Amino acid sequence: MQKKISSYPFNGTAEQEQKLDAVIAANKHDKSRLMAVMQEAQEIYGYLPVEVQRRIADGMDVPLEKVFGVSTFYAQFSLSPKGKNNISVCLGTACYVKGSGALFDKISEKLGIGADECTPDGKFSLTACRCIGACGLAPVLTVNEEVYGRLKPEDIDGILAKYSE
Amino acid sequence: MKTVAELNEIREKSLGSIALRKGKEALASVSTEYKRNVLVCGGTGCTSSHSKQIVEALHREIEKNGLQNEVKVVMTGCFGLCALGPIMIVYPEGSFYSMVKAEDIPEIVTEHFVNGRVVTRLLYQETVGAAGEIKSLNETDFYRKQIRVALRNCGVIDPEDINEYIARDGYQALAKCLTEYTPDEVIKIVSDSGLRGRGGGGFPTGRKWALCAPNKAPQKYVVCNADEGDPGAFMDRSVLEGDPHCVIEAMAIAGYAVGATKGFVYVRAEYPIAVHRLQIAIDQAREVGILGKNLFGTGFDFDVEIRLGAGAFVCGEETALMTSIEGNRGEPRPRPPFPAVKGLYESPTVENNVETFANVPQIILRGAEWFASMGTEKSKGTKVFALGGKIKHTGLVEIPMGTTLREIVEEIGGGIPNGKKFKAAQTGGPSGGCIPASLIDTEVDYDNLIAMGCMMGSGGLIVMDEDTCMVDMAKFFLEFTVDESCGKCTPCRVGIKRLLEILEKITRGEGTLEDIDRLEELCGYIKANSLCGLGQTAPNPVLSTLKFFRDEYIAHVVDKKCPAGVCKNLLTYVIDKDKCIGCGKCARNCPADTIHKTEYTAPGHKLPSYEIDPSKCVKCGACMDGCKFGAISKK
Amino acid sequence: MEMVNCKVNGIAVSVPKGSTILEAARAAGVEIPTLCYMKKINEIGACRICIVEATGARGLVTACVYPVSEGMEIKTNTEKVQKARKTTLELMLSTHDKKCLSCIRSTDCELQKLCREYGVDETAFEGYKPQYELDESTPHLVRNNNKCILCRRCVAACREQYVAVIGPNDRGIDTSIGTAFKVKLSEVPCISCGQCTAVCPTGALTEKDDTDKVWAALSDPTKHVVVQTAPSVRATLGECFGMPIGTNVEGKMVVALRRLGFDKVFDTDFAADLTIVEEASELIDRIKNKGVLPMITSCSPGWVKFCEFYFPELIPHLSTCKSPQQMGGAVIKTYYAQKMGIDPKDIVSVSVMPCTAKKFEIGRPDQSAAGVPDVDISITTRELGRMIKRAGLKFEALPDEEFDSPLGEDTGAGVIFGATGGVMEAALRTAHDWLTGEDHLDVEFHAVRGTQSIKEASVNIGGTEVKVAVASGGNAAKEVMDKVKSGEADWTFIEIMGCPGGCVNGGGQPIQPQYVRDTVDLKAVRAKALYDQDAAMPLRKSHESPVIKTLYSEWYDGFGGHKAHHDLHTSYVARKR
Repeated sequence: MQKKISSYPFNGTAEQEQKLDAVIAANKHDKSRLMAVMQEAQEIYGYLPVEVQRRIADGMDVPLEKVFGVSTFYAQFSLSPKGKNNISVCLGTACYVKGSGALFDKISEKLGIGADECTPDGKFSLTACRCIGACGLAPVLTVNEEVYGRLKPEDIDGILAKYSE
Repeated sequence: MKTVAELNEIREKSLGSIALRKGKEALASVSTEYKRNVLVCGGTGCTSSHSKQIVEALHREIEKNGLQNEVKVVMTGCFGLCALGPIMIVYPEGSFYSMVKAEDIPEIVTEHFVNGRVVTRLLYQETVGAAGEIKSLNETDFYRKQIRVALRNCGVIDPEDINEYIARDGYQALAKCLTEYTPDEVIKIVSDSGLRGRGGGGFPTGRKWALCAPNKAPQKYVVCNADEGDPGAFMDRSVLEGDPHCVIEAMAIAGYAVGATKGFVYVRAEYPIAVHRLQIAIDQAREVGILGKNLFGTGFDFDVEIRLGAGAFVCGEETALMTSIEGNRGEPRPRPPFPAVKGLYESPTVENNVETFANVPQIILRGAEWFASMGTEKSKGTKVFALGGKIKHTGLVEIPMGTTLREIVEEIGGGIPNGKKFKAAQTGGPSGGCIPASLIDTEVDYDNLIAMGCMMGSGGLIVMDEDTCMVDMAKFFLEFTVDESCGKCTPCRVGIKRLLEILEKITRGEGTLEDIDRLEELCGYIKANSLCGLGQTAPNPVLSTLKFFRDEYIAHVVDKKCPAGVCKNLLTYVIDKDKCIGCGKCARNCPADTIHKTEYTAPGHKLPSYEIDPSKCVKCGACMDGCKFGAISKK
Repeated sequence: MEMVNCKVNGIAVSVPKGSTILEAARAAGVEIPTLCYMKKINEIGACRICIVEATGARGLVTACVYPVSEGMEIKTNTEKVQKARKTTLELMLSTHDKKCLSCIRSTDCELQKLCREYGVDETAFEGYKPQYELDESTPHLVRNNNKCILCRRCVAACREQYVAVIGPNDRGIDTSIGTAFKVKLSEVPCISCGQCTAVCPTGALTEKDDTDKVWAALSDPTKHVVVQTAPSVRATLGECFGMPIGTNVEGKMVVALRRLGFDKVFDTDFAADLTIVEEASELIDRIKNKGVLPMITSCSPGWVKFCEFYFPELIPHLSTCKSPQQMGGAVIKTYYAQKMGIDPKDIVSVSVMPCTAKKFEIGRPDQSAAGVPDVDISITTRELGRMIKRAGLKFEALPDEEFDSPLGEDTGAGVIFGATGGVMEAALRTAHDWLTGEDHLDVEFHAVRGTQSIKEASVNIGGTEVKVAVASGGNAAKEVMDKVKSGEADWTFIEIMGCPGGCVNGGGQPIQPQYVRDTVDLKAVRAKALYDQDAAMPLRKSHESPVIKTLYSEWYDGFGGHKAHHDLHTSYVARKR
């Protein structure tokens, strides 16, 4: 799958930039820590737009294309901002056999967005994730950090309602 | 830490803190600080079902009742029985409360902790005998056949307290290696134990170490592979969450054996609890001097660093993992050169997975013979399985190698829910295959699985019932590997995509018998030509389902039917005109406007029945789900 | 050296321990097909085309990276191997656009050759294939990922150039080679060197073809079409026609150009000589007047762009001299135009270069001595090869002729510009004479010859030790520039070329399949043709060139004079990465 590159305008703050610079300064002695820097950058900004990747590339002294290549290789890295509420549906085996595919489709239909997309109002984004290890609760999804388990498609409306005030 | 005596001193001091959990004999010899220990599972499964709220409620109620000095609450790692989470166990009684709710806590605290009366109603019912007597957990079906080696401390100790680990003989194995054995002797013990890699391939661990040890280099590395990516497998996470120190200890032992002074643990970032506890463990180990310079005064240095994965299944492959640690796209490298010669940062490297490491300290302490006495001829010891899918007791079990699939599914797993029939078990995730019901008496070990075209993998065991379509299952795994292929080599990048497309064609009902032949041919090609293990094993789910369930493939291509009723394109929804009362709910539910009134009214009904136009039906099943009269079925 | 004995298809062979199966097979005279492999540069075992059967190995192994062991028996061509290779090719084709008929690389495409040899069925696999837009954003090359087989040779070549602006993005079936954030090549710090086009096995990366512009000019009766050819082109053009590598085809090339219809055929060598005298003057001036040192050559537009992107703060070190192409063009549109009485606007100045960056250079600002561009169209050696073929000329059978006057006469110094170290040697020849006031006979400076990426020398000129350095290729340039930047360098003069080995290995030179690149030292063999020509020439110092003497007596107001400065020097821009 090709990663979606965000067209949202970048609006990083000076405070975020300061944090990122501190992360880079702490890691620049070792280029192999590139991924760790990218992970922290994503924590700071929520995603890795070109402005952030360029800063990392310059700071770590690696080609920008390398940073981008890494960012498009790993599922965790996102090139578009996440919604205020990120819904992540587990499509691991255990959840899949218990019908998590239908959960995903239901949400996708309700929100009108596909995987790795964000609703125009910025409220929700949707991702499909691999096993989060809560197989005992299959099928599960998470909204932000909150885990919802043993779900049926009927439960979706209630969950969405809870977050869309 | 300078001496073994220092370690023993901590151990003696800490024994009291865990004595309650060890039974009566332990209690006789040491005094304990508390009257009761409450162990609440803090594994990911139970955390997801809100075990943290249970802990908060416990603290609240304990305080309310003034029991702070009598009852100690400990958040542990995984107990295994995730299906019944959140789980809580109270010592010294050993009362096993399952599916605990925060609302239950006041009752448990007053009744049980204050009045000394176990709340039998809230216990896991299998631990309650016919006469209401409480049985030991080890007498339940789920735990009876388990032998816990790798999971020995999971659910027993507080993983965030190094003293509890030391009280359970932690770091004694490292001390013994450093002070009593030469590196070669350590390797010999591990070799003699018969321990094989628990991450998938089953390569003998001792031999792996022995290949690395003689290579001279200024720096060597020990790498712990905790990039557990098989969907449905979570044993490595459980070990890291429940007993992080045993991994650190084993890595230091490996470092001593092969001459490496630096270790990396590569953990999935998706495992935040594991990462957090591991970091605490590393910090504590450094603080007491178990990591760092001159361990036990022997001049041996060792330290461990965590590196986080970022969501790429291929990084479970050892060379890809190393490429990733080096800060690159996690693409595998050709072998040879093998990591033992040229691995991480081009230096000799030993890489083992979490569960493999978790066995090592016990092997050192209890001896190679002890370990080798468990299991089968070529697969020694125990194996942790993550039971999932259509099975009652989803969760984590550790059983001796050679336990039959029947014992795992029917006894330990509690069988298939909803009265359905066992169809097959899938092992090894996307690299593995399935074991059909006809082979349910197979003893599960490395070689038997490989002989069946399966693979141990990391130990995910997904149970499937009659409602599972095996072609769809193969397709599911292929979708996974297509998604996770790194894209470096041609056979995997393009080949498995083409494989998936043939499967999609078959599940759409457009397949031919020639497609089945092509499928087999392409599978063989991909296995033989791919660069790394991911590609080489990607066809396994297809090959194995073709081997055992060929008739299902043929049903899809010849009869255009999906026997399990899964593949949408091959289903038809029909309304039984004599059962239909004509309420019209189905027609209202139908998103595609395919259901219409007929002119036929069944005897005994007032309204005419409805029928579905199969040419327009999108097979969403909304009609059937909504029909209260059982008039709609799929064929 | 410890040797290992093995057998390749039954042929016994003994190779050094650590050799790969591929090396053993080559030693046994057996060729194994490769696609992703580049010796020492890209040993990644990714394409899987080189798989063979070998005893002691599990299943099929990739010959390019698998080491031989004692007693190993290797079979490179069994039915199993052939079938596997065929399937690999068919899978590659299933994501390829298969538009071979008009592809620039048709007949010298490594993929096409193998498909023919293995009799593939191009429709064997059909299904999803990602679609990519053509990237024609730069003046120098075209990227067509619909023809890419993801061998990553371009990525390795780009990395060797330090710039690494292209690499693998995304993963799985959607993996593609491209730039960061998939922007056009014109938006990334690409130095236009074209090394990627020289190593691409297919038509995914090609020079931008400007031959149609040349054909149009040639058929326009109102235009006076003049061509100049770079020093190294004569050493490589023959390869386009299957002639041995390192054949000097100067005479045939001149004839071919005349028969294509060019009004005048000039030799860029004269401009190289001009570059030397201007550059030597500039260097002496900088030394005398405490200008910025070390001074660095500016002949290579790839290198100049590299410096502008990666070391903008060191731009003052660059010589302000235009490159020989641009000096040649400037003289054509000023001196020559006036002498012939032609309006420079009516002259179409064409250059044949070993280089794709020259296509970029002709469009740079401050490169129009006569108020119109010094050079209008720059084509590569490969493009000239194609023009000659289209014109139906039987190149090998052409007679030999001389370049046209007055801009066709040259010296050995100009000829060796095409090899790394050549500019330095030419400059030293002139500087030596000028600084000592003597006519030295020992003109060969062997310390700066050879294909190493970095060479250093200390030359005694009239009792003074002058330290110089020569670098070629991006990585070498980076290493040298880091030393300049840190101040640890004590060189006075540095020659830097953008391509490894200099122009003979330029990005616009004829394509040689990778097995040739692996087994023949292209840089050395092609350079030898130039050094041989130099050795045989009566004049070997730029300042002795009759063209130079005429130009400075009739046209310019002395070396480094005002007019020369206006016409022959240029300026640079700091570029943002």
